[in-house]
Amino acid sequence: MPLDLLKKLEILADAAKYDASCASSGGSKRDSLRGGIGSTTGAGICHAFTPDGRCVSLLKILLTNFCRYDCAYCVSRRSSNVARARFSVDEVVRLTLDLYRRNCIEGLFLSSGIARGEDETMGELVRVARTLRTAHGFRGYIHLKTIPGASDALVAEAGRWADRLSINVELPSETSLSTYAPEKDATSIRRGMAATRTLIDEAVDARKPAPGAIRRAKPPRFAPAGQSTQMIVGADRADDLAILGASTALYASYRLKRVYYAAFSPTGHPSAGLPQAATPLIREHRLYQADWLLRFYGFELPDLVTAAPSGMLDQAIDPKLAWALARRDQFPVDVNAAPREALLRVPGLGVRAVDRILVARRSATLRLADIARLSGGLSRTRPFIVTADWRPTASLDDAHLRRRLAPAPVQLSLF
Amino acid sequence: MHAVRLPGDADDATFRAAAKRCIALDLAPQDVAFMDEAAPSLFPPLPDGTDAGTSFSVSRAYQDLLHDAICHRAADRFDLLYDVLWRVVHGARGLAANPADPAVARLSGYARAVRRDVHKMHAFLRFRPREIDGRTRHVAWFEPQHFTLRRAAPFFVDRFAGMDWLIATPIGTAAWCEGRLVFGPPADKPADADDPVLDELWSTYYRTTFNPARLRLDAMRREMPRNFWANMPETRQIPAMVAAAGRRVAGMRAQAPDVPPAFSERVAAHWRPAVVRSDTPLDELRAEVAACRRCPLHGPATQAVFGEGPPDASIVFVGEQPGDQEDLAGRPFVGPAGQLFDRALAEAGIDRSAVYCTNAVKHFKYEPRGRRRIHKKPDPGEVTACRWWLDRELDALAPRLVVALGGTSAGALSGRAVSVLSERGPAQFGARAGWITMHPSFLLRVPDAARQAEEYRAFVADLRGIREAAA
Repeated sequence: MPLDLLKKLEILADAAKYDASCASSGGSKRDSLRGGIGSTTGAGICHAFTPDGRCVSLLKILLTNFCRYDCAYCVSRRSSNVARARFSVDEVVRLTLDLYRRNCIEGLFLSSGIARGEDETMGELVRVARTLRTAHGFRGYIHLKTIPGASDALVAEAGRWADRLSINVELPSETSLSTYAPEKDATSIRRGMAATRTLIDEAVDARKPAPGAIRRAKPPRFAPAGQSTQMIVGADRADDLAILGASTALYASYRLKRVYYAAFSPTGHPSAGLPQAATPLIREHRLYQADWLLRFYGFELPDLVTAAPSGMLDQAIDPKLAWALARRDQFPVDVNAAPREALLRVPGLGVRAVDRILVARRSATLRLADIARLSGGLSRTRPFIVTADWRPTASLDDAHLRRRLAPAPVQLSLF
Repeated sequence: MHAVRLPGDADDATFRAAAKRCIALDLAPQDVAFMDEAAPSLFPPLPDGTDAGTSFSVSRAYQDLLHDAICHRAADRFDLLYDVLWRVVHGARGLAANPADPAVARLSGYARAVRRDVHKMHAFLRFRPREIDGRTRHVAWFEPQHFTLRRAAPFFVDRFAGMDWLIATPIGTAAWCEGRLVFGPPADKPADADDPVLDELWSTYYRTTFNPARLRLDAMRREMPRNFWANMPETRQIPAMVAAAGRRVAGMRAQAPDVPPAFSERVAAHWRPAVVRSDTPLDELRAEVAACRRCPLHGPATQAVFGEGPPDASIVFVGEQPGDQEDLAGRPFVGPAGQLFDRALAEAGIDRSAVYCTNAVKHFKYEPRGRRRIHKKPDPGEVTACRWWLDRELDALAPRLVVALGGTSAGALSGRAVSVLSERGPAQFGARAGWITMHPSFLLRVPDAARQAEEYRAFVADLRGIREAAA
C-alpha cells in the first residue's frame, strides 16, 4: 500500500467527517446481473458503526481540502493550519471500487474544497461519478455535493450519475452566514437548491407516460434519491425554533429528503470567534425529533412554539411530550376510538406503534397491557391515554407530571 | 402426544408439509411437539398416513410470518407457528395480523430478529480476495445468529454477480461461481489472507471518520453488537480509539486559534467581489433588487424576481408577486398563471417578447405547508417597501402604458386601495397612463368552467383594449 495514499485518505476523510449525512437510502433499484458491479435496494445499509455511534455507509471523502473560502466553522477554511492533500480522479475511483468489492461500503459520498473555480471543482466531482458509472459499470450509491455557483450544465450532469445531490446551507440564517462565511452567498446556495428541485421535478414528469402515448424508452433519471442539506447547530446564536423555521421553509421550497443537523464540534483547528466546546449532542437529538414531528406526525411549526416557548426545545424531555404537557386539554386520548392523527400526538407512541394499534383494535378492545406490548413501554404514554381498563383520572392535572416523566438527570450526563 | 422432527434450517415448505399432516390428523397444538431432528424424544412420531383431502388456505400475513420466523434459532418457533396455524384453520382468519395476540407477538419478534440478522449479514460481512486455481475468489467467514444464510445470499448475487465469491458460515456455505449459486454443508473458518485494502485502507478510513468529540459507545454497541466484531478487521482499533478520545478532545479544546498558513493571505488577496455588469440603469437596478433587505420577505424566498422584457417596451405588465415557480426560476410569469397569461396575450395579438413583465413585490411570500408553499398575499407594508423598486423600474422603462394585473398591483401603482371590479379599464397612475384588469391567477381560481371561460374572454378583451391604448 503506497504510504502517500494512506496519508491522503487520512487527511481527506478527516476533512469530510463533519458532514453528518451518510444515508444510502432512497432512489432506484439496481443490480449487477446484466453486467457491471453493485446494487442498490432502496433501503440503505450501515456497514459499520464507529464509537461515536454513527453509521459508516459510504466512503465519505473530499477530493481536495484546498479551499479558497474562509468559513469559520470549517476545518478546511483557507486560514486553517490543517495538512492539505488532493486525490486524483482515478485514485478516488479505485478506492471506491476496492472497498466496494470487499463489502465495506454502499458507495461514495464525494465533496470537495473549492481550490480554484466553482466549475472546475464541480467538473472534477462529476468526472469521478461519470468514470465510476460508465467506465466501470458501477451500480452502487453515489452522493455528490453540488458546489454553489457551478454551472447548470454541470449540475444537470451530476444528477445523471448521482443518486443524491446536496448543498449545505450551513447556518440557519443569512445573517449568521455573512458573519461566519463572509464569502459565501446565501442566495447562490438557495438558487442551487431551486435548480436541483426543478431538474428533479422535470425528470420525474418526463418519466410519467403521457396518456395514450406509445411506450418509449424512459428518459434518464435525475438524482433519484433526491436532495438533502445540512445545518450546523450551535456555531451561531440561532435558537431551535429559528433552525426549525429554516428547515420548514427548506422542505417546502426545495422538497428536500432530509435536513441534517450537525452539532458543532471542535476540529482541532479553532477559529477565533467560534465556541471551543462542542454543542451538546442532546440538542441535535431533540432537533431531529422535532423535525420528525413536522414530517411524519402532522405537527406544524406553531405546535413546536407551544412545545418550546423559550425558543429552545426542552433537553430533558422529548418535544412531543413537551407539547402534550403544554396542551393537556387535548388528552386523554381513547386508543380504542381516536383517529390516527390524535394517536400520533400521544407521547411515547411512534408511527409504527400507532399503525399496530390501528390494526389490533379491529380484532379486540385494547387494554393497557396490549398497548405496552404494541408500543414497547408505557411510562410516557400512560397519563395520556384511555384504554378498556385504564383512565388517567387525576394524573393529567398533576402539577408534577413533567418531573415524573422526565428521565432522571443522571442519564443526561451520558451525552 | 406425537413428535414431529424437523431439521434446524427447515424452510417454509418443509414446515408446511409437516403441519398439513398434523392438521389432517386433527392434532391440537397440545397434542404435538415439534423438535429438532437431533433432539432425543420419548414421544412417538406421527402415524403413517396421507393428508390428501386436507386443504386449507392461509392469509398472506401468516405466510409472511412463517417465512421470516421459521429461520429463528428459538426451539419453540415451530410450536408457536403451529399454534397460530391451528387457530387460523379453525376460524380465527385474521389472527396472524393481530399483533396483540401473545403467540403472534412472539413470532413477530422472531421475524424481526431474523430480518435484522439478514440485514446484519449484508452489512457486516467482509470479503477477502484470494487466488484459487488461478482465479480471484472473494471469500468471507460470517457467523449469523439464526438460520439466515439462504435468505441473505441472493443480495450478494445481485450485488456481486460479476465476481466469484464464497461465504462460509457455521450453518453452511454459499458459493457463487460462473453464474450459479450453490449451497453446501458447514465449513471451518478459513485462515485470514492478508489484504492491504481491508487491513490498511479500510481500517484507516474507519479510524479517521470517527469523531472523538461525539463518543457514544452505547449507540455503537446497540447497532453493531460485539459478536460481529471478530470478523470485522476495523473493529480491532476500537479500544485504542476510545482510549485516546478524551485526550484528543482535551487537546482540541486547549488548542489556540490557528496561525493562518502563508498561502491564506495570497488567496485572500485574489478574491475579487463579483463584478456587477451595470451597462444600463435597468441592470444596475436588478443587481440592487437582488440584495434588497427592505422587508423580511427576502428571508425564506430563494431570490428576488426582477422584471423581464425589452427596456424599450411600450407596455409594462405589473403582477402581484412571484409564485412558487417564479421563485425557483428567478423569472416572472413562468408558472401556471404565467402560461395562461401567455395564451391570452397571443389571442389578443400582443407579442409576449415585446412587452415587459414585472411584479409589485419582488420576493415570493408564502406559508410552508409540508412539502408545498402556500401563496400569501403581501401586506401593505411589504407593498409599500417594494414600491421603491417598482417606481424606479418604471422610471427606467418609461413605457407608454402601465397595466396593473389585480388589486395589489393597482394599489401599489396608484398609492391607494383599489377595487379592481369597479375600476377595471383605463386608469391613471400619477403621471403614468395605465389600465386596471384582473390578475391571470384569478382566472385559474374561478371554480365554474362556464364562468371561467367568460372571465377569460373578458380578460382577452381587456388585453385588446390595452394593445390599442398603447399603439
